[in-house]
Amino acid sequence: MTEWKEGVHRENGLSSRLLAEIRSGLWRMLPQAIAVVAAFLVGAVVLAVTGYSPVDVYATMLAGAFGDVYGIGQTLTKATPIIFTALAFLFSMKSGLFNIGAEGQLIIGGFAAALVGISFDGLPALIHVPLALLAGALAGGAWGFIPAILRARLGAHEVITTMMLSYVATYLTSYMVNYPFKAPGWVAQTVSLAPSAQLPRILPPTQLSASFIVALILVALTYFVLQKTTFGYEVRASGLNPLAAENGGINVKRTMIIALFVSGAMAGLGGSGEVMGVHGRFIDGFSPGYGWDGLAVALVGGLNPVGVVIAAVLFGALRSGGMTMTRVTHVPLDIVIILQSLVIIFVAAPTLIRYLLRWREHKG
Amino acid sequence: MNIIDIINVGLFAATLRMATPITLAALGGIFSERVGVVNIALEGMMLTSAFSGVAVSYYTGNPWLGVLVAVAVGGLLGLIHAFLTVTFKGNQIVSGTGINIFALGFTAYMSQIIWGSRGASSSVPSLKAISIPILKDIPIVGEILGTQTPLVYVMILVTVIAQFVLFKTPIGLRIRAVGEHPAAADTAGISVVRVKYLGVVVSGMLAGLGGAFLSLGHLSLFTWGMTGGRGFIALAAMIFGRWMPLGAFGASIMFGFADALQMRLQSLGILPPQIILMLPYILTVVALAGVVRKATPPSDYKPYDKG
Amino acid sequence: MTQAVEMLGITKTFPGVVANDHLDFSAEKAEIHGLLGENGAGKTVLMSILYGLYRPDGGKIRVDGKEVHMDSPATAIRHGIGMVHQHFMLVPSLTVAENIVLGNEVTRSRVILDTERASEEVRVFSERYNLKVDTDAPVHALTVGAQQRVEIIKALYRGAEILILDEPTAILIPQEVEELMKAIRALKAQGKTVIFISHKLREVLSICDRITVLKKGRLVGTVKTGETSLPQLATMMVDRQVLETFDKKPVEGADVVLRVEGVQVVNERGLPALKGIAFDIMASEILGIAGVEGNGQSELVEALTGLRRVKGGRIFLNQVDITVASPEERIRLGVSHVPADRNKTGLVPDFSVMENLILGSQGEEPFAKRHMFLDYGAASSYADGLIADYSISTPSKDTPVRNLSGGTQQRVVLAREFSRHPKLIVAYQPTRGLDIGATEYVRGKLVEMRDNGCAVLLISADLDEIRALSDRIAVIFEGRIVAIRDPKNTNEEKLGLLMAGGKID
Repeated sequence: MTEWKEGVHRENGLSSRLLAEIRSGLWRMLPQAIAVVAAFLVGAVVLAVTGYSPVDVYATMLAGAFGDVYGIGQTLTKATPIIFTALAFLFSMKSGLFNIGAEGQLIIGGFAAALVGISFDGLPALIHVPLALLAGALAGGAWGFIPAILRARLGAHEVITTMMLSYVATYLTSYMVNYPFKAPGWVAQTVSLAPSAQLPRILPPTQLSASFIVALILVALTYFVLQKTTFGYEVRASGLNPLAAENGGINVKRTMIIALFVSGAMAGLGGSGEVMGVHGRFIDGFSPGYGWDGLAVALVGGLNPVGVVIAAVLFGALRSGGMTMTRVTHVPLDIVIILQSLVIIFVAAPTLIRYLLRWREHKG
Repeated sequence: MNIIDIINVGLFAATLRMATPITLAALGGIFSERVGVVNIALEGMMLTSAFSGVAVSYYTGNPWLGVLVAVAVGGLLGLIHAFLTVTFKGNQIVSGTGINIFALGFTAYMSQIIWGSRGASSSVPSLKAISIPILKDIPIVGEILGTQTPLVYVMILVTVIAQFVLFKTPIGLRIRAVGEHPAAADTAGISVVRVKYLGVVVSGMLAGLGGAFLSLGHLSLFTWGMTGGRGFIALAAMIFGRWMPLGAFGASIMFGFADALQMRLQSLGILPPQIILMLPYILTVVALAGVVRKATPPSDYKPYDKG
Repeated sequence: MTQAVEMLGITKTFPGVVANDHLDFSAEKAEIHGLLGENGAGKTVLMSILYGLYRPDGGKIRVDGKEVHMDSPATAIRHGIGMVHQHFMLVPSLTVAENIVLGNEVTRSRVILDTERASEEVRVFSERYNLKVDTDAPVHALTVGAQQRVEIIKALYRGAEILILDEPTAILIPQEVEELMKAIRALKAQGKTVIFISHKLREVLSICDRITVLKKGRLVGTVKTGETSLPQLATMMVDRQVLETFDKKPVEGADVVLRVEGVQVVNERGLPALKGIAFDIMASEILGIAGVEGNGQSELVEALTGLRRVKGGRIFLNQVDITVASPEERIRLGVSHVPADRNKTGLVPDFSVMENLILGSQGEEPFAKRHMFLDYGAASSYADGLIADYSISTPSKDTPVRNLSGGTQQRVVLAREFSRHPKLIVAYQPTRGLDIGATEYVRGKLVEMRDNGCAVLLISADLDEIRALSDRIAVIFEGRIVAIRDPKNTNEEKLGLLMAGGKID
């Protein structure tokens, strides 16, 4: 009798603890949730003022994003590269640096993967795929490494250098794919990647590829590294208080450099996933701004990996639902970008949200 | 084709033109950073202002009105940035990035609404170049300086005024004090919040003027993302110029030269356009790497908390 | 006679602490009035309210008999109140004159700054009150004593009749203190009221006419200097006698733990900060280094902990050359560091107590399996042990350290550093900003480590602390050790002289 009772109590203990964890986690995300709602409200005003019905627009977006399997598949497809770039920004933030060049790192990573994909033939997929992914990660990592070194050795602010390199990546790959690596035809793109270098689709007929799985693995890996390894500890310490970290024997400069390399590599991996899983080749301009989405998602996700996944799905929904919305309502797709920027702006003012919460408490 | 086709007086005239938006934005950056607020939204402010100016010119036929509105719009975005970073003590980089992304989305969206194309607006009335009577007849200098869009002359004037204001007037003294040691300014009875707002709003207005130049002074239309990173290059010019208006102008000349050269090379078709387009950005990174160590910023940019 | 200023029933609370609890305070005209209390008693808060920096939660203020709503420093200045803060409110890149006229700028036709006239006006004030300064020098080039004079002139220039000085002698050497006292008496002679905030009993007794004592935010009492004594004031300040001496175990025949040989180091601006400094520290010894802030102390600490490159000379720890060793290696070899600013350099404020306790050992067994993966179980039990041993009062080991009091935070630092059984402790201003209880604890712990064989380098601006704790006292001046003395025959005067670069036989 006692044993049974104990068992029940233990079970209760575990589930009630889990519930408490989830509740506290959700409570912590409340400011971000409010920011999202606020952004949509302001977006509604923009739509209304320019003559569109916010209700119609948002409803179409929702239906397009989640209405059927195809919609969900496309939503997750769009969410995938955003998860990568969000993790990239998150990781750099944890170390105290602002990597706003994830867009360029994504693009250069995608190109490097494409190069490996088209340069080798007859390799077994088991080798070709990891090789291409590795190339993408290294290229993105290099694109993060350069600003990191410049910051560590010369004090050059990484906000400017990552931004500049983003432009360089865009133009460099554009050149590559318009001249030396151009496939025959009108479009600025490479030839198809060898089938052994392509990632399988996991939810036909949607474009959802194994890249999504890689993204989820990366999320878990990021959480593990940050919380459960010495390196993660050192990254967090360097980001929160570099002076104290140095005092504690941590080589802050080296930690920051490695962190920015990893950050770029994550974005590069995202680009590789897109090229290898969704398009099967490198197309000039294939990224509609996934780097920027990633920044917003990282912030909305509260800079923690699980929040990132949720927010990425939200933004993926915006993108895929947005495409449907544009087709149906003819509202310019850029409303999606406006919504994203509003989310960032509202998230940037945490005190504003807390203010509003407290104000409402007073009133109520 | 020989070197004279590339390097000639026309190139230097173009250099001055291309330096104009960068200088104005850099001046904006200076006023903001001097009061202790990092403003990476110069890019977005320029872009939104460029758009607003063209839109106003489109509807009213008056490009000068467009310039005025552009400046006002820049100031408005500055107000928002100040509101988020000074009053709500939000993260300055995040706020700036939000404004930048907003600018991209908003201008493309409105462009589509007004002209049916998110890529480019229709042609609008723009500022005509003017010639300064005696100046234009001086050999070489006259060719560079004598005939330009009015905004180029405005830029030169604003640069000189900015230098004067910052170092020779009471408000300039207060601006520098607030950025460097806000507690000292506070105990001296200066409203730190008001001076910070002033600096950031002025910063937006100057960036707005730079944006107006891009769309109304240099071309006569708005195209998607036409600022092309100049707002960030302006930050590099600001650092290079050690947060001093005259210094920023000098640095902007350098970047303007790269910009003008890149356009010249493109039109001559020597190298693929993409390679040439990369030049200004690579130059910025190199310049930043070379100079930053010796440059001390005017503030620690921490939000001021009276406690 | 109307009081120059009266504060009645002032109350001010900050989250978690009542800084001022229904305080009454008044000062007469042409009086030097001391405001005495230990760190955290509420003295600075009270005066900040008088100066309009804080708004009180309750109570009122009267200046010259009239009630005033003190809502900002501008209002205070208008009513003739001036304040010289502990941390100077001077903009480093501006000149003396510019700093003084800031907010009240002297102009030509209201638009252009008239720097010449400003400079001239400041010179007039400087001469009238005999406070010598170079009006055109940028503030960052001035000595600390000169900067303080600038602050005083600044207040006077704005028409201050009541001058509040917040711990003015904290950063001065004894000779400069004398000069300051002379200036204060001159101000009184000119009819000014001076409010002198301090926690130093002897100083307050020597210069003030009346003394108000605060304790934990409450008023203890106001006495005339002529009618009180040092012990009485001490009792008013604290509940018990202030411990002034420590019993240290006598030690014989110890080995040299730290040897610093001719070390040369360059500071932030590229100028030499240590110019061939040399000294030894034995096991079971506390070497106290006295000196005016800015003579190379922070650079010395950084050179010893591995945070600053040594340009010349060598450093030995137990005969091992650590001159180019990384901070990580030095920690492993037994160097520990109690920094001057625990929140800036000692702790990661957002990390939990546990995470802070393993800082520096996060890559080693038993906290890191195979040097890579954190073992929270091991870290957890380690933290529990230290929290018990060092009586760290925290709600839990997962509490972020920023939520703890200053004294508790310092305990976390000590726990982390001392439990590694270091061979050398570098303690830089270890009791700064702590209340009496915490200060005593830290000092006791340092002595305990010393008794257990540790070599301790103590750098402190508190000469009492140096004299109470050190086995030997070294004086640092312009990057060199200029004297090493026995604390038993070195008084404050001699120390002050040495600290200023003078010589005694």
